[in-house]
Amino acid sequence: RSSPFLKMAVHGPVVKIHPVVLASIADSYERRNEGASRVIGTLLGTVDKHSVEVTNCFSVPHNESEDEVAVDMEFAKNMYELHKKVSPTEVIIGWYATGFDITEHSVLIHEYYSREAVNPIHLTVDTALQSNKMNIRAYISAQMGVPGKTVGVMFTPLTVKYIYYDTERIGVGLLQRTRDAPNRAKGLTSDLCQVGGAATRVQDMLTTVLAYIEEVLSGKVQADNSVGRFLTDLVSKVPKISAEDFESMLNSNINDLLMVTYLANLTQAQIALNEKLVIL
Amino acid sequence: MASRKESMSTPTAPMASTSSGATLDSPVKQIQIEGLVVLKMIKHYQEEGQGTEVVQGVLLGLVVEDRLEITNCFPFPQHTEDDADFDEVQYQMEMMRSLRHVNIDHLHVGWYQSTYYGSFVSRALLDSQFSYQHAIEESVVLIYDPIKTAQGSLSLKAYRLTPKLMEICKEKDFSAEGLKKAMIGFEHMFEEVPIVIKNSHLINVLMWELEEKSTVADKHELLNLSSSNHLEKSLQLLMDRVDDMSQDIVKYNTYSRNLSKQQQQKHQYTQRRQQENAQRQTRGEPPLPEEDISKMFKPPQPPPRMDTLLIAGQINNYCQNVKEFTSQNLGKLFLAEALQGHNS
Repeated sequence: RSSPFLKMAVHGPVVKIHPVVLASIADSYERRNEGASRVIGTLLGTVDKHSVEVTNCFSVPHNESEDEVAVDMEFAKNMYELHKKVSPTEVIIGWYATGFDITEHSVLIHEYYSREAVNPIHLTVDTALQSNKMNIRAYISAQMGVPGKTVGVMFTPLTVKYIYYDTERIGVGLLQRTRDAPNRAKGLTSDLCQVGGAATRVQDMLTTVLAYIEEVLSGKVQADNSVGRFLTDLVSKVPKISAEDFESMLNSNINDLLMVTYLANLTQAQIALNEKLVIL
Repeated sequence: MASRKESMSTPTAPMASTSSGATLDSPVKQIQIEGLVVLKMIKHYQEEGQGTEVVQGVLLGLVVEDRLEITNCFPFPQHTEDDADFDEVQYQMEMMRSLRHVNIDHLHVGWYQSTYYGSFVSRALLDSQFSYQHAIEESVVLIYDPIKTAQGSLSLKAYRLTPKLMEICKEKDFSAEGLKKAMIGFEHMFEEVPIVIKNSHLINVLMWELEEKSTVADKHELLNLSSSNHLEKSLQLLMDRVDDMSQDIVKYNTYSRNLSKQQQQKHQYTQRRQQENAQRQTRGEPPLPEEDISKMFKPPQPPPRMDTLLIAGQINNYCQNVKEFTSQNLGKLFLAEALQGHNS
């Protein structure tokens, strides 16, 4: 039973967010109705013993004014049903709102979501960039106050982590590169260029490491043991293979690849020929 | 208002009456995709796709001049055993109606599908892309290759049917003569449209935030040297297709042999008839009635050519993928050699 005093910050579950959720929220904020200062929506995901993983979300139309707030609950229910058809394992785990503060209306909305999910989490994404950053915070509600008399709800902050699937990370990597292009557009590169790009990136990283080493050697920067250990790991990662062994490995691999290329070309020529004879 | 319900495995094309009135004369020259769509497709496959099953979904967006902008998408549920009570059209309609409420573009501009090692050239794909392109001229099918993406770089391609192929599908004339008339080779079935990824400013801010806050390190899968597994699987699929192709060729050969044999038989029959009639005339008997030759010698069924075309297209695709893969790996091997050179 809760004590009559203010509950200390509850160490709730860790919130793990996938980038697709944040991108979706940003997109809904950009498409908000005229006059609306913020958008809200449902968060979907899975719950674990110590963490909550947010994998999907959808926005819910709502109206907010000084004294009242109206949320289209029918819509929320419908959308959830539709989403369940695609991913049956995702459940409602909370809701999100853009904007910096938690208002009184948030409390009401949070109550509604408490009916849908056990202990829902509330995510705020500051899309208006109030502090020159997009603050992403998660909260969980806790009862506070004196039971029987004035009872209130307090939102306690939770730790937010970002998690990615491997393929997501690669996708996000590509998206991050669109920032550098002048018109914010980037095409998809093809085979050898990609290897070249990846090699350039590794090269850049090596340059940074080398610069650091130079500085340490010349005494400008204090040598750090842990960094030194990483460096030895790095250097020893290139395997020491005797020259002949490496030659033979390299040659056999190259031969395999060349043979496959030759076969592929041969097949293509074959089907082109077949077509000429039969159809055209 | 008839909605074209295609084979159960693909999302249905929109009804002709709901397609936007803007059908451009010029086909689409470029596709512009928002980062959000890319992330959603990746997530969909990651969570719901297993092994060789494909996942599919619908693309939403709008057409701007000669660019097709894809701004959002939603996934289509997998087909499980309890298919009977699931109405695809209804799901689609409801989803689009709901998305319209939150101001998401609700114009259907195409569909996406994941692929297993590049095997997507099939009758089902052809049919659904045809119905999409028929209803909305600018639609495309986005093929997302999750395995290639997991190897280091996003693999996303956009395809449309060439106008020639559209004509053929419209006529439904898949016989050899029809294809010959249209001069369609396996290389002229699909045309690839270049893709560009563009993000809004807010999403870019988000990307900066993520880069700062996230502790996930880059694993550099692209520079991975191991290739045999991938090569094996691709070659296996290629061999299967080539087997199919050779069976097809055998069928065609038997058909043409039968046809020529039959021609000979017909010829012989008419000749004998004529001889007999001449003999009867000399004997003064009435000539035998001319019988309908074509009824007696039923021409053998020509084998359908469309499947051959599809198989050839698929083989071509596999070969392209294999070649891309080998060229990448050759580059990586030379990189490794350079590193060793520094060491020794």
